[in-house]
Amino acid sequence: MISRILDSKTKNTISRAVEKRSLAQDRRSAYKSTFFRVILQAALLLTMLILLVLLVSVFLNGTDHILSRLGDFLNGTMRSRSVDEKLGVHQALYGSLWIVIIVAVCAFPLGIGAAIYLEEYAPENRFTAFIEVNINNLAGVPSVVYGLLGLALLVNGQIFGLDRITGGRSTLSAGLTLAVLVLPIVVITASEAIKAVPNSLREAAYGVGATKWEVIRTQVLPYAAPGVLTGTLLSVSRAVGETAPLILVGAVSGRLGPNPGLFEMSALTDKFTALPLVITSWTQQSGRDVGFTAAAAAAIVVLLVVVLVVNSVAIGLRNRFEKKRG
Amino acid sequence: MTDASTGLQAITASHLQISPLRRLREMVVRHTLLVAVLVSVMVSALILWSLLSEAWDFIVHVVWSDTWGQLGWFPRRGIYDIPTILIPTFIVTLIAMIVAGPLGLGAAIYLSEYAGSRVRSWIKPILEILAGIPSVVLGFFALTWIAPNLVARIGKNVFLIIGLAILAAYVVVAARIATTQLKKLKSRATDREFTVDTGMENTTWITLTASLVVLTAVLAMGVVWFIDVWVDFIPASAGSLAAAGIGVGILTIPLVASVSEDAMAAVPNSLREASAGLGAEKMTTATNVIVPAALSGIVAAFIVATSRAIGETMVVFLAGGAADASEFTISPFDGGLTMTAAMASLASGTDNVVGEGLTFQSLYFVGLVLFLITLGLNLVAARFVARLREAY
Repeated sequence: MISRILDSKTKNTISRAVEKRSLAQDRRSAYKSTFFRVILQAALLLTMLILLVLLVSVFLNGTDHILSRLGDFLNGTMRSRSVDEKLGVHQALYGSLWIVIIVAVCAFPLGIGAAIYLEEYAPENRFTAFIEVNINNLAGVPSVVYGLLGLALLVNGQIFGLDRITGGRSTLSAGLTLAVLVLPIVVITASEAIKAVPNSLREAAYGVGATKWEVIRTQVLPYAAPGVLTGTLLSVSRAVGETAPLILVGAVSGRLGPNPGLFEMSALTDKFTALPLVITSWTQQSGRDVGFTAAAAAAIVVLLVVVLVVNSVAIGLRNRFEKKRG
Repeated sequence: MTDASTGLQAITASHLQISPLRRLREMVVRHTLLVAVLVSVMVSALILWSLLSEAWDFIVHVVWSDTWGQLGWFPRRGIYDIPTILIPTFIVTLIAMIVAGPLGLGAAIYLSEYAGSRVRSWIKPILEILAGIPSVVLGFFALTWIAPNLVARIGKNVFLIIGLAILAAYVVVAARIATTQLKKLKSRATDREFTVDTGMENTTWITLTASLVVLTAVLAMGVVWFIDVWVDFIPASAGSLAAAGIGVGILTIPLVASVSEDAMAAVPNSLREASAGLGAEKMTTATNVIVPAALSGIVAAFIVATSRAIGETMVVFLAGGAADASEFTISPFDGGLTMTAAMASLASGTDNVVGEGLTFQSLYFVGLVLFLITLGLNLVAARFVARLREAY
C-alpha cells in the first residue's frame, strides 16, 4: 500500500527512521535488562556480604579468648567479672549436650513415628488432614510460645504436676521444651523423605509377601534414611541455638555450681545453663563490663562451629543423595 | 508336597496366611505409631490450654481502660500498656521486611531465572548456612555491629531516606500489579478475545513513578524534620528498634528467598519458553511472566517472613535497647520492647516472674496475642501456597 502512495525517497526516509528507532529501543531494553540483572546480583552479593561481615566481626571480637586461651575458655565457668582466668563455657557446653541428648531421645522417635503413621498408615480423611494442618502450624509457632508452654507445664506443673518429675527449672524441663519445639520439624522432614520413596519398592515388597511393617522396616525406612537423618540433624542444630524458650523455663544466667560427673542422672533435675544462654547473659552484661563482649563473641564462635558443622553435614548429606537419585 | 524334579514347593492356602505373631506385631506397631501422632497433636492442645488458662485470668481481672494510654510497659509494677509493646513490634517487623523483602526476592529471582546450576550449587548452601545461624548470634551482631556502624554512623537521615525509597519502590510495584490486574479485568469485561498484556502505557508509567518519587522525597524530608525536632538521637553503644529490625531482617532473608524461589520453580517451563518465543528478554520474562505467575507463592513468602519477624525474640531482646520495662515510643531510633522481647525480659529475672498481681498472667496474655497473630498469618500464607499449587 505504502509503496504505491509514496515516492521512493520518502519511503527510504521513513524506513530509516523506523530502523533507527527500533535500534534505540533495542539498546535501551538491553541496558534495562543488564541493569536488572546487576540489581539482582547485587541483592545476592549483599546477602553474602552481610554473612561475611557477621562471621568476621564475631570472630575478630572473640580472638582474645579463641586464639590465646581456647583450652581455658572451654574448661572455664561463668564468672561475675570478664577479667577472670576461669571464665569459660564448660557449664554451658555441658547443659547444651544434655539438652541435645534429651531432644534426641524424646523428639526423634516420636517425630519419625508420627511421620511413618501419617505417610503409610493414616487413611485419607478429615482427621488426617486436620493433623497435617496442625503439625504444619506448630512449626510456625514462635519459639517463645513453646517457652511459655514449658514454663506452665514443666516448671510450674500446672496441669499434670509434672514439676515433681522435672524438678522445676531444670535441664530436663529445658530439654523437653526444646524436644516439643523441634517435634514438628522432625515430623515434616521425615514425612517428606518418606513421601519420596518410590511406590514400586513398596509394591515389590508386598509382592513377595511382606507385611506392612516389614515393608516399612526393610524398604521404606532404609531408602528414606538420609532424608530423615538430615531432618534430625537440622533439628539438633535448631535445639542447640534456640534461646528464647530457655529464658522462659528459667535457665541460670549468673553463677552456677560446678558440673556433676558427665553421666550422673542428678544433672537432669539440677539447675542448668546452655551455650546460647551464656551468650545472651554476657552480651547483656557487656554494657556494664566491656570485656564481656569478647567473651560473648568467643562463645558465639563455639556455638557457630557446632551449629554450622551439624548443618553442613545435614545439607551435604541431602545434596549427595539427591544427586545420586537424580 | 515337594516336587522331586525341581525342588520347588507348591504354594498352598496355609502359606499365604499370616502367622499370629506377625499379625500381633503389625497391630502393636500400628498403634504405637498412632500414639506418636496423637502426642504431636496433643502439643497444640497443651499450648492452647496453657495460654488460655493463664491469659483468661488477665483478661478477666485487668483494668482494660489502663491498657490503652501510652503509659509504658512496666509489668512488675502492674502497668500493662498494650500499644507500648504493639507499636515497636510493628516497627521492627516493617524494618525487617524492608530489609528482607528486596534482598530475598532479588536473590530468589536471580537463583531461579539467571543463575546456572554451578552458581546455584554454591549459593544455595550459603543461604542455608545463613538460615541456620541462631537468632542469638544475630542479636549480638545487631547490638555490637549494626547499631554502632549502620544505625549510628551512617545516621538516621540516610537510613530513613533509603528505607522510604524502598517503601516507595514497593508502592510502585504494587501499583503496577494493580493496574495490570485492573486492565485484565477490564479487557475481560469488554470481552475482547485477543489482548496482549503490555503493562501500562509508558506515559502513565513515567508520571506515576515521577510523582511517587517526588512524594517520597517530600515525605522523607517531613519525617526527617519530625525526627530531628522530636526525637533524641541514640548513643552509639546502645541498641535501638532500628538495629533490631535490621537484625531480624537479615534473619528472614533466607526464608523469603527460599519460599519465593520454590514458588518460581513451580512455574512451568512452557511459560518461559513461550515468552522467549515471543522475543521477550530475560528481564521481561522474569518481571512480566514468572513473577506474576508465582505471585501467590511470593506473597506467601512475605507473609511467612512477617510472621517469623513478629515471633522473633532474641534479636530484639538483645539489640532492642530496652531493659525489662519500656516507655511508650513510636521512634525506631529509641529503645523499645516488642511483644516477644517483653516476654523474654520479664522471664529473664531470677525470680519465678513475680510482681504485682497479674504480672505472671500478663506473660501469657501477650503470648496468646502473639500466638493468634502468627497463627492467622501462617494460615493465610498456607492458603496462598495452596493456590499456587492448584494453578500448576
